[in-house]
Amino acid sequence: MNLDFSAEEKEFQQEVRQFLQQKLPKNISSKIKKGLHLLKEEYVQWQQILHKQGWAGVNWPVEHGGTGWTSTQKYIFDNECAQAGAPDVIPFGLKMVAPVIYTFGNEEQKQRFLPDILASKVWWCQGYSETGAGSDLAGLKTTAVRDGDEYIVNGTKTWTTLGQHADWIFCLVRTGPPSAKNQEAISFLLINMHDPKITVSPIITIDGSHEVNEVHFDEVRVPANNLIGAEGQGWTYAKVLLTHERTGIARVAPSKDRLIQLKQLAETSDDGNSKLMDDPIFAQKVANLEIDLLALEYTELRTLSAISTGKAPGPESSILKIVGTQIIQGIDELYVEAAAYYSMPYVPQQFEEGFDGQHIGPDTAANSALTFFNNRKTSIYGGSNEIQTNIISKAVLGL
Amino acid sequence: MDFSLSSEQQMIQDSVSKFILNDYDFETRRKILKSAAGYSQDNWSLFAELGWLMLPFSEEDGGLSGSMADLALVMEEFGKGIVVEPFIATAVLAGGLIAASGNQQQKDLYLPKIMAGELQMAFAYAEPQSRYHLNNVKCSATETQGEFVINGHKSVVLNGNNAETLVVAARTSGDTQDNNGISLFLVDANHPSVKREGYTNVDGHQAADIWFDNTPTLELLGDQDNALPAINNVIDKATLAVCAEAVGAMQIANERTLEYAKTRKQFGYTIGSFQALQHRMVNMFIEHQQAKSILLMAVLKMDSNEGVDAKAISAAKSRIGKAANLVGRESIQIHGGIGMTDELDVGHIFKRLTTIQYLFGSTDNHTKRFATA
Repeated sequence: MNLDFSAEEKEFQQEVRQFLQQKLPKNISSKIKKGLHLLKEEYVQWQQILHKQGWAGVNWPVEHGGTGWTSTQKYIFDNECAQAGAPDVIPFGLKMVAPVIYTFGNEEQKQRFLPDILASKVWWCQGYSETGAGSDLAGLKTTAVRDGDEYIVNGTKTWTTLGQHADWIFCLVRTGPPSAKNQEAISFLLINMHDPKITVSPIITIDGSHEVNEVHFDEVRVPANNLIGAEGQGWTYAKVLLTHERTGIARVAPSKDRLIQLKQLAETSDDGNSKLMDDPIFAQKVANLEIDLLALEYTELRTLSAISTGKAPGPESSILKIVGTQIIQGIDELYVEAAAYYSMPYVPQQFEEGFDGQHIGPDTAANSALTFFNNRKTSIYGGSNEIQTNIISKAVLGL
Repeated sequence: MDFSLSSEQQMIQDSVSKFILNDYDFETRRKILKSAAGYSQDNWSLFAELGWLMLPFSEEDGGLSGSMADLALVMEEFGKGIVVEPFIATAVLAGGLIAASGNQQQKDLYLPKIMAGELQMAFAYAEPQSRYHLNNVKCSATETQGEFVINGHKSVVLNGNNAETLVVAARTSGDTQDNNGISLFLVDANHPSVKREGYTNVDGHQAADIWFDNTPTLELLGDQDNALPAINNVIDKATLAVCAEAVGAMQIANERTLEYAKTRKQFGYTIGSFQALQHRMVNMFIEHQQAKSILLMAVLKMDSNEGVDAKAISAAKSRIGKAANLVGRESIQIHGGIGMTDELDVGHIFKRLTTIQYLFGSTDNHTKRFATA
């Protein structure tokens, strides 16, 4: 057991740092540091830069173009990226559907989909949740009925993040008879979003942004060879994926960076008499979050270490999601507090390209409330924190 | 001791409550938010007609001599509809300062127009560096040949974009943080030397940042150099007003959450049947009740002391801020994804409950003031 980076790891850290200095576009990193939404083109641009470097498939097996990094390398990479203000890659292709395809897909599907995902030539979105199937995902109603070489898909998916940009959607659909037990009737199907019988309608969230959508399928014909694995196995595939996904969901590296920035903000927020950081109550709140984050970082490292010694991350990875989102939301709240009155103005246009009007308040304050509102989603999505709590209760504690 | 409402108070409550139910449903509010002014002049005229705008003013000044308890009743009902009309900015803050500090001529000029719903005003006090310190005033008013001109920048002035006349706190002597040396001025908001950047706040209320560049003042309001006590008083009153609004907003947040929990089914059961969620909704209920209680305490103290009790007000703002925080967050969480959407009212209630926590001093600020007052 030891904590130090090896000489090779330090060298790797330097390499990542240098790469980010040279290749991360400044307009992108400054947007990330200000908590602004990126355009589709900016995400794609960054992911293609990563791909050119061979660093797009962080968790992928080497045979499919993955990096083959150790968990320590991934940890270093995440931290350096967050510090530099690199955006997260959009997870739906690279981190969500790709692992299902390379783990459970057939050879033809791997050939057909993986290279374009790795190169960010296609934009994927996720079709899981439905109006009646949120926490109870297995209660989903979208059907895919086999008709010759095709499935006919009907239904509506919701909370489809960035689906307005998507070329493809991976869906959980009901293939079995209505009488079949929920989990055994669910299949994993890939659907081309450019089908004219698919319509996407926006859902505006409380921060005024358009991130999520409803996706409607009306008699959409999908080639049967877009089915991953076997019919009725979709639930199993999705579950494997979710457990693996929960590691990244702790968001330790970005939270660390946001705490550093928050402290800088509180150091410079000066009413002429004292700095905000000199306020013992505020300083204590920051410290409590920092301490919690340190503990979470080592919880995540323990999970990563288990994976690297060949063990699968267990249900305890639910801890990462619960605590990680509590910390995100705690930091959000302190940003609002630090911004004081300037947390209130809603002036999104001041960050748009070509805006030449008067900026309202300091940049660090301007999106604080919107980020606080938007990130309420983090304890709801990806299996709400209540569901994560149930998982720990059942699977870990045996209650 | 008797906490029941008088028949007059019952009437005020009924009339505001009726207005919220019949004329201020969520869709109507949404339309108001989308309108150019961001508030409804029709509603404003109605507020005047029903006497609500007269409530904060004394009978001597042509008002109804409403108590803090009366004002709190109106605000609590406003909270249930998350009303965006600038009642606090015009009637409580600017109007309150004129009533407290103005001479007869000034009162005669402004108060009848405010009460008739014919004048929008705003109080410009906060500045980019001032956080919540009311004595922290950089904005200067300098006298040349008997005339004052104002220079400086005021931030997030509530109703600042719609106001025709501003009350501006400016420094006539001393340093930025001195308690003495602050004066109030009436300023024509449309004067060419006044630059206003208007916007909507995240809670739907209108506001503006305002820059004064050698702006002539209309008049000094109250004593020169000695405006801080009046400013403190009026902000304290506005603080209790938003506390009351929060109590009303929390009630609706809790009602919506309960309704949802009783109808939303997952895993074959209503989510309200899950004990883990039941206990959390009980906590939300307790928070709302505690908030209601401490509001009552502060309101009654203000009415009985004929003045302001800093400790009581800060106790209320601190405790209600804490309650608003929990109720706001939990109502979104228990609603799940649907609570995140712009089309449901609960998210808008959450946003107002959030901004109230940071208006007129944050929860922590007031806890601190309670401890030291």
